[in-house]
Amino acid sequence: MSGGMLLLVTALLPVAAAGGVLLLRKSPNVREASTLIFGALTFWHVLGLLHRVQEGERPRLDMLEVVPGVQLAFELEPLGMVFALVASFLWPVTSLYAIGYMRGHHEENQTRFFFFFAIAIAGALGVAFSANLFTLFVFYEFLTFCTVPLVTHHQTEEAKKSGRVYLGILLTTSVGLQLVAIIWTWVLAGTVDFRTGGILAGTASTGVLSAILVLYVYGVGKAAVMPFHRWLPAAMVAPTPVSALLHAVAVVKAGVFTVLKIAVYVFGIDLLATLTTTSWLAWAAGATIILASLVAFKKDNLKARLAYSTISQLSYIVLGALLANELGIIGGGMHIAMHAFGKITLFFAAGAIMVAAHEKKISRMHGLGRTMPITFGAFFVGSLSIIGLPPAGGAWSKWFLAMGTLEAEQYGLLAVLMLSTLLGLYYLLEVPVKAFFFAPPEDAHRSEGIHEAPTPSLIAICITAAATLGLFIWPEVWRELMTMVVGGAG
Amino acid sequence: MSEHLPALLVVVPLILAPVAALSNRPRAAFAAAFAGCWWALYASLALLTRVRSEGVISYALGGWAPPYGIELRLDLVNAFVAVTVATIGAVVIPYAWTSVKKEITEDRIPLFYTAFLLMLSGLLGITVTGDVFNVFVFLEISSLSAYSMIALGQDRRALTATFQYLIMGSVGATFIVIGIGFMYVMTGTLNMADLAERLPAVMDNRTIPVAFTFLTVGITLKLALFPLHLWLPNAYTYAPSAVTAFMASTATKVSVYLLLRFFFTIFGFAFAFGQMRLNMVLMPLSLVAILAMSLVAIYEINVKRLLAFSSVAQIGYMVLGISFGSVLGVTAGLLHIFNHALMKGALFMAMGCVMYRVGSVQLSKMAGLGKKMPWTMAAFVGGGLSLIGVPLTVGFISKWYLVQAALEQGNWLVAGLVMIGSLMALVYIWKVVEVAYFQEADSDVEIREAPLSLLIPTWVLVIASFWFGIDASTTAQVATDAAELLLRGGS
Amino acid sequence: MIALGLFNYWAVIVLMMVGFYTLIARGNLVKKLIGLNIFQTSVILMYVSFAKVSGGTAPILMDAGDHAGDAAGQVLYSNPLPHVLMLTAIVVGVATLSLGLSLVVRIKEAFGTIEEDEIESPSL
Repeated sequence: MSGGMLLLVTALLPVAAAGGVLLLRKSPNVREASTLIFGALTFWHVLGLLHRVQEGERPRLDMLEVVPGVQLAFELEPLGMVFALVASFLWPVTSLYAIGYMRGHHEENQTRFFFFFAIAIAGALGVAFSANLFTLFVFYEFLTFCTVPLVTHHQTEEAKKSGRVYLGILLTTSVGLQLVAIIWTWVLAGTVDFRTGGILAGTASTGVLSAILVLYVYGVGKAAVMPFHRWLPAAMVAPTPVSALLHAVAVVKAGVFTVLKIAVYVFGIDLLATLTTTSWLAWAAGATIILASLVAFKKDNLKARLAYSTISQLSYIVLGALLANELGIIGGGMHIAMHAFGKITLFFAAGAIMVAAHEKKISRMHGLGRTMPITFGAFFVGSLSIIGLPPAGGAWSKWFLAMGTLEAEQYGLLAVLMLSTLLGLYYLLEVPVKAFFFAPPEDAHRSEGIHEAPTPSLIAICITAAATLGLFIWPEVWRELMTMVVGGAG
Repeated sequence: MSEHLPALLVVVPLILAPVAALSNRPRAAFAAAFAGCWWALYASLALLTRVRSEGVISYALGGWAPPYGIELRLDLVNAFVAVTVATIGAVVIPYAWTSVKKEITEDRIPLFYTAFLLMLSGLLGITVTGDVFNVFVFLEISSLSAYSMIALGQDRRALTATFQYLIMGSVGATFIVIGIGFMYVMTGTLNMADLAERLPAVMDNRTIPVAFTFLTVGITLKLALFPLHLWLPNAYTYAPSAVTAFMASTATKVSVYLLLRFFFTIFGFAFAFGQMRLNMVLMPLSLVAILAMSLVAIYEINVKRLLAFSSVAQIGYMVLGISFGSVLGVTAGLLHIFNHALMKGALFMAMGCVMYRVGSVQLSKMAGLGKKMPWTMAAFVGGGLSLIGVPLTVGFISKWYLVQAALEQGNWLVAGLVMIGSLMALVYIWKVVEVAYFQEADSDVEIREAPLSLLIPTWVLVIASFWFGIDASTTAQVATDAAELLLRGGS
Repeated sequence: MIALGLFNYWAVIVLMMVGFYTLIARGNLVKKLIGLNIFQTSVILMYVSFAKVSGGTAPILMDAGDHAGDAAGQVLYSNPLPHVLMLTAIVVGVATLSLGLSLVVRIKEAFGTIEEDEIESPSL
């Protein structure tokens, strides 16, 4: 199979899975089995692509010309590979988890849930494979729309409100800022293709290009740079698997992936380093890191705390892109993977606690660690990765990011990174510590039957936790891919 | 026969109209209307193909050579608009069969089809003719038939809406006649191409700016540019569903075409934009139209009325594109004529489905329809996505060109305002979606999905609005060529 | 004298303004229609006025010697085209008026009044 066809097949597999879900809605077991099988198939295909990309191939597929000069096209390069690899690996794992969660939680409309879930993954893969800004924007918006039914899954008043915030912020930023930036790029450069070294260099004055950079960074609302972050906590009304995969992996990573991609392939590192707004925006990302950590501190609802932690972590990647040097980009790209595995573990654990013990508040989780040791153990591992401590994968990406700030001589930003580590240390580790070492609250009339989450969910948690640890020992594939990104760009 | 195609395009529906009236039986009248619409679609497509390959078609009516006789003249611009009109007609007419049976008493149905055919031929006549007085005649044919169709609406307010439209429409048409008269005084000709040749010699005379002003006001009244849009919301709201769908997608579009024809082909870009500074008038007005009318739409609780205000806003987009006076801008305007026809047609037809089953299009009556009428509401969402301008829909293509035109002139403020307009569209579409999908329906009312005869035409337009959003290279090419033609000065 | 020479056009303007004013200011629907009709009629007068060529005759085919021809035997006609155009405009005007009046009849049936402010009052 040619590389281009392989891309198409890979992106269509989740769509096929969605179709399967719809066809097999009568028997839930077969329906879920088909999701898992398609998930595994997708990952297997992505691995095939990984092999080709590592050997230097750049699979490409031109689908059609939408307006003269602007094509809907796929092209896979190492950065997209990182994102595709993460999303496609975590999809079947999350599906496994979702089976336990959705049934354990007695959720309604499961067919619709699994349908849009699969569709959303197709959207994420589309984002990863995009060959130009237009295609990227198409799938970016596609991802926005097909996750709305997931966010509003419960169809309650709260879900409705959250849906408004979610759609409102994501579309305001993308249509109001990002699209303007894309069209502006098209007017200036005459192309919207992603090219090594960027397409904007020399097309307009530094002032104009700086303004476009601002439009891009804030226009990618999915990267949740403050003040456009409110949609992420709002999206937490969704069932936990959605929060886990979409709002720790697919959707938010699509955002920061877009920022990285624009930094490297539209502006190019060299141009980026000369723009006036680059360092301002880097500081805006730095501010988001600190502020979001502080908010996370104060949240007692576990999922809300994780959401703010995610906002904070996303800005690490934006910061990496805006450091405008190779180490920053490598660190940012690696952080996509490292954060994904760590954060999904945390969300899985949060969901498991919800299903098994029906607790959402951290202050009411005291002592739960004794009854749910595996879940809280996994939570501990995930926390380490997010904080950036060995022996978890997050240590590596943080290392590169810190090196990047040093090379850019942005010592203030280095301090930001260190401060956020300290904050993370507290607000994340508080949960397992209290669960393991504190006595249960006295008014907690816990029924006797609390034990670990349903088996499929538990397996999923163990897989991601193990992977988080594994990434510390084998970070090589990510580093290699990211080096290819900057190697080509430099 | 094929050399008479330009005339037959208009004449066949015109002749079928009295046939429909005389038959006086719904079924026969429908057959006549159906034949007329599909004939128009075939003929206009054939003409567009011919114009694309062979260039301008000039047809001397009755064998009297222009500039003395009446000339029918087809170039890319009006062939494109004629195809738009005919397409909508051909899609709406099968829809009308079911929809009209419910909304109009049986004895009036043949007359409805008569008026429909007259309106179609009037609109096609405006597009293909190369004679300015002919424009007025066809304009009145289409308007008078439109008035009578709107008056067929069930609500008695349809009558007052029609009366208002009749008064304003007639004033607009009379203004156009006055403008034409002044041009004739100065040049002694009514032929468009001939006018374009003779006008430059007399441009200095004060009569020409006066003629220009009368024409501008008259045409903008007909196309419902803010603040001359007052007739539109009521007319669209109370007209029968099929009429609204047809009118919203064609009547104002043809007037936009007239604007292009008069300003670019006849008066010429240099006069209209250089001397008369038309853009200084059109740009602010269209921006106000986009923002203010979207805002009104947000607070509207009758969905048909909401869509009507949205139409006024969308007309703002078309005029805005034209007001840039650049190839990109006019391309955007032309594209939006076609694109908006598809999406607004789909939206109004979806509302017709709701009307058919629920009997009302008040927002409060639409609670829970997402479950009860899934296909209808899905069509509404599809059309709505296009209105917002989501990628891979036709609305996006229009916006892509429009914003490009703004940025090309460094006008980032306008680009931003266009985007704000899109976001306002999101608000009013989402408002309907929320009610339809998130509110519980009254359990005691039994509502079923609309019949297939309504759904299929609706979905044809929905699919078309995605199709031409995914593969816009043909439409964009035609529109770009047409825009270049216009800016070169016409013929 | 110039003002008098343009007498027809003054009449056009007066009629136009009378019609337009009635159209806007009157609340009675029939009066509105009358205003509209006067407005349209003024345009007819305008077209016919500028079609007149001084000394010209009706454009009918005739022998050269019969009438006010010049030496070359050519006959001076008034411009027939605007007259023909106005025939069409009259037809359009009649159609508009009859449609308008029939609407007024139906409005009377439906609302019981043809006064604009009474139709729009909230009690209805």
